[in-house]
Amino acid sequence: MKRLSTDRLWSMLVLAPSVLLLAVFVYGFIFRTGYTSLTDWGNDPAQAFSLKPIIRYIGLQNYTDLFTSSLNVRFRQDLVSTLFFTVFFIAGCLGLGLSMALLLDRNPKAEGLWRTIFLFPMSLSFIVTGTIWRWMLQPQGGLNQLFHLDPAKNEWLTSRASIWGFDWNKIPLLTAVVVALALLVVAYRAFQSAQRTRMLVALGCAALLLIWALAVGPNVKMLPAPEMHGFNIAFIGIIIAAVWQMSGYTMALYLAGLRGIPEEIREAARVDGANEWSTYRLVIFPLLAPITLSAMIILGHISLKIFDLVFAMTGPDNGATDVPALLMYITSFRQNALAVGAAIGTVLLLLVAIIIIPYLFSQFRSQEGHS
Amino acid sequence: MTTTPLEPSVGVSAPAGGSSRFSLSRVLMYLALLVAALFFLLPIYLLVVTAFKTPDAINLSTAWQLPKFLNWASFSDAWAKVGGNMGNSLFLAVVATALSAMIGSLNGYALSKWKFRGANTLFALMLFGMFIPYQSVLIPLFQFVKSLGLYGSIWSLILAHVVYGIPITTLIFRNFYADVPDALVEAATIDGAGFWGIYSKVIFPISIPGFVVVIIWQFTQVWNEFLFAATLASPSSQPVTYALSQLAGGQAVSWNLPMAGAILAAIPTLLVYILLGRYFVRGLLAGSVKG
Repeated sequence: MKRLSTDRLWSMLVLAPSVLLLAVFVYGFIFRTGYTSLTDWGNDPAQAFSLKPIIRYIGLQNYTDLFTSSLNVRFRQDLVSTLFFTVFFIAGCLGLGLSMALLLDRNPKAEGLWRTIFLFPMSLSFIVTGTIWRWMLQPQGGLNQLFHLDPAKNEWLTSRASIWGFDWNKIPLLTAVVVALALLVVAYRAFQSAQRTRMLVALGCAALLLIWALAVGPNVKMLPAPEMHGFNIAFIGIIIAAVWQMSGYTMALYLAGLRGIPEEIREAARVDGANEWSTYRLVIFPLLAPITLSAMIILGHISLKIFDLVFAMTGPDNGATDVPALLMYITSFRQNALAVGAAIGTVLLLLVAIIIIPYLFSQFRSQEGHS
Repeated sequence: MTTTPLEPSVGVSAPAGGSSRFSLSRVLMYLALLVAALFFLLPIYLLVVTAFKTPDAINLSTAWQLPKFLNWASFSDAWAKVGGNMGNSLFLAVVATALSAMIGSLNGYALSKWKFRGANTLFALMLFGMFIPYQSVLIPLFQFVKSLGLYGSIWSLILAHVVYGIPITTLIFRNFYADVPDALVEAATIDGAGFWGIYSKVIFPISIPGFVVVIIWQFTQVWNEFLFAATLASPSSQPVTYALSQLAGGQAVSWNLPMAGAILAAIPTLLVYILLGRYFVRGLLAGSVKG
């Protein structure tokens, strides 16, 4: 018994430095950033890096300003941009990745070569990818040249046009409606699996939110005047480059999933008289659903953090293609407004945490029981 | 680790219809593959031809044409501007990768072979560090590095990469060692080996594939990283990603220079991928967790 416990002690001693480092560098630093975001450090840029900066605690003022002050339009546009970017980036990677995986799953000749071609951009940095695509998308550059597009009409990275605009003042209303709809889906699922309490709670919450949205929502004003935000056309080029870089990753995930489906299952479907399309629809796609979810989560967190690609393609100062991760860098390290930068960093962390924490939780919950 | 399937699938029979090799659906399949491959390769073609042109031959109407002759000067010019940074990147990536791999190996061994209550919870808490946006720790990190006097030195980057690399390297090794039968460890225990004896005599000698995956993955990540490079390094210690962004971002660039620079910056990781792609893909798939 003594033997065993010394060994266990060693294993903890081995883990201790890493645990300590991560406790400080991840959790400690997140806490510090959180605290910094509640101060006015650097709001007077002149004394941000003075020897003894006077730092006052100002509560949530930085956050209120980011979301409602007329000075911070750029941040709000960035949030909207990053959400649109995420949606299109994920859709592009999933669509292209799944198509390529399905093609490769049909055992073409030289499969390894095709795979190598589809995956190699993954080994490049976003900076290299961005440099190449920046040149491709130059007003009179490669892409316009290739498809004989009019450079005057196709300003890939610099366009100021935006579509699908909506009023920032409607955000609380929209949020309430979206959450209510999600809750209705939860309620329907619970109804299907006969979880009565769960269904009633979800229905109740959805109803409350909808009533709020109908009665109070339209009158909530975060800003005195309407403020329109939408999808900036200039992002299309960056989305293409990002999909070029990352769709191979989705392909690898899907291919691993497809190769994991035992041949017997496909055989069984064929024996049951399913034709090729219904085999895919009824057997294979449902089995790939968990992979799709994983891919969406991984791609989603990458896209919320995207920084270097935008930096390489349009530089830090192109307002039309700004994202929160880039704004944080500029705000903190160029304008020295460290507290505001910390607030942006914290918002970014919250966005990522919303999708990553449930994911990590679900990946480990099933195991902890029998460890 | 759920990552075997990308090996060449020996023994998986071709789908029914191997005989109808020239069927319409096969033709369409190859056509689709070809279109996809063009999407991935055309940018590379443009990259290479542009890098080999002389500045005055970079004429937008002839962008897609091959250069009249190979102008190697772009590469020597680019090397003059980013060569030193390539050296920085190499030093940084080698040192950070070596340290990360050692730490990851020991952690993975402790977590998978000496499980204790709450090990998985602890591990999940560690893994979170892999996903955080570094913007949310950048300001304290910057202050910390400054207070240590490391700001602007390459050691600040090494520190950051080693610390924030712990989650992924631990994950890869933990999953790798999970496939090592516990019976091996138990047999060694009976023979009287302890924690370190088992590591050095049983675990470490069979770890080479794990080390290969981690080294490739971590080397690529560190080489390609940009945010730390832009905030913690000074001109003399900046890695190649930052130098390249400066090269391409300048005013009135003649595009042969950044293209040659991009090729230089891409070659090391591209070589690793082409030579050892299998292991690269394993690291890639490990990044999608599966505990």
